[in-house]
Amino acid sequence: MILEKLRDQIVALLVLLTLWFIAAGVVNSPLLPSPDQVGSSIYIEWTQGRLLENLLVTLQRVVISFICAMILGGVMGVMMGRIKVVNRIFDPLLIMLLNIPALVVIILLYIWFGLVEAAAVAAVIINKMPNVAVTLREGARMYDPELEEMAQAYKFSFRQKVLNLWWPQLFPYVMVATRSGLSLIWKIVLVVELLGRSDGVGFQLHLAFQVFDVATILAYSFAFIAVVQMIEWFILQPMEKYSTRWQRGDQRD
Amino acid sequence: MIEFRVNGRSFGTKQVLASIDIALEQGRTLCIVGSSGCGKTTLLNALSGLEGGDKAVSWKSSVPEIGYLFQQPRLLPWRTLKQNLMLVEADESKVLAMLDEVNLQEYADYFPTRISLGMARRASLARCLLRNPALVLMDEPLVSLDSPTAQQMRRLIKKLICKDPQKNLIYVTHDLEEALEIGDQIIVLGNSPSEIVFSADASDLSKEILESELRNQLGF
Repeated sequence: MILEKLRDQIVALLVLLTLWFIAAGVVNSPLLPSPDQVGSSIYIEWTQGRLLENLLVTLQRVVISFICAMILGGVMGVMMGRIKVVNRIFDPLLIMLLNIPALVVIILLYIWFGLVEAAAVAAVIINKMPNVAVTLREGARMYDPELEEMAQAYKFSFRQKVLNLWWPQLFPYVMVATRSGLSLIWKIVLVVELLGRSDGVGFQLHLAFQVFDVATILAYSFAFIAVVQMIEWFILQPMEKYSTRWQRGDQRD
Repeated sequence: MIEFRVNGRSFGTKQVLASIDIALEQGRTLCIVGSSGCGKTTLLNALSGLEGGDKAVSWKSSVPEIGYLFQQPRLLPWRTLKQNLMLVEADESKVLAMLDEVNLQEYADYFPTRISLGMARRASLARCLLRNPALVLMDEPLVSLDSPTAQQMRRLIKKLICKDPQKNLIYVTHDLEEALEIGDQIIVLGNSPSEIVFSADASDLSKEILESELRNQLGF
């Protein structure tokens, strides 16, 4: 089953590469480099150390912004989902934050605080936090009232409720927020870097854009997509598989 | 002796339950019978503290440790049976012994989603008893079970609770035979707001007498 799935994915990838190769051959322009040109660009950037260095810088920004946005948005969302008065107070703010264009937040923070790291990271957090809050608010509203009663009747401690009652019910929503968060955050981080930082993948894209170096633009893009895919495969999927084993065929722990 | 008054309960402007006084001698089982919606579950919820807070019940005797067996097992589906029980009792050996009492020790590491309803009910009974309650509340614990499974559960309830002189049981049911088999004392709730319309010792009753009383009192 897994081998079949892998085979299908490899075939799909090979078809895509072949089409790209043919298209690049037909167009025959540096504006549409072939897969091997992009591959050699990745190799050059890697051997010169720039690729890894910039990937790490961007990844660090992604991780910090992600953790802060998840914590702040999570607390806000759960409080809004559970306490009506908090929801009434923060709902208009949440709707406003959801509708402010990402670019406006980035530009405003750079203007107010200068082109500094804190402004860059804060801009990403402010852009992502409302999405996390909305998703987890929904999750917190869906707590099973019968299990709440059971926990009350059996006098669960607050810690027991958090770990055994609320967190497992919230987990699917946390995973949704995590997935959408990762895909959104790294894209915003690139914009932030492009507009106001002197390192990171976004900054390298900015340099490549100035000389229309499409091969380098694609090289950095693919490298970062690969990093995000690794996070999905080696962190998120195993975590999800472990936490939802009670829903699948596993009879026992 | 356990003695209390469940104070009247209203939902909005409608009073569903009048004040009800109950006295139960040590070790005895009280079965509450009545039509749907007559406030049986409300009475249990008030006793367990789930509804009405501290003012719902006035205790005339000392407040006992209460265990509540809900109609549905209400086990946490993402925790194994053992983990579910260990949330109530941290001592693993006690948990395993109690699972053994309800014939579930070999299923200790199973998730509730992977066992039958009858087994989940037994696990729920084990969880209820782990707190060593002096007063056990049961809300139709045999509903939706097939006859052999219900019989097995009934035997367990009798063995682990009814025959324990330290425990009192308040058992809500629709089934008159079940009430007569399990209860020492039977009360019928009726009228609006609900009140005790009939009360007798089970030993003085047969199914026919109880049916006749229900017909007279409640019209069914």
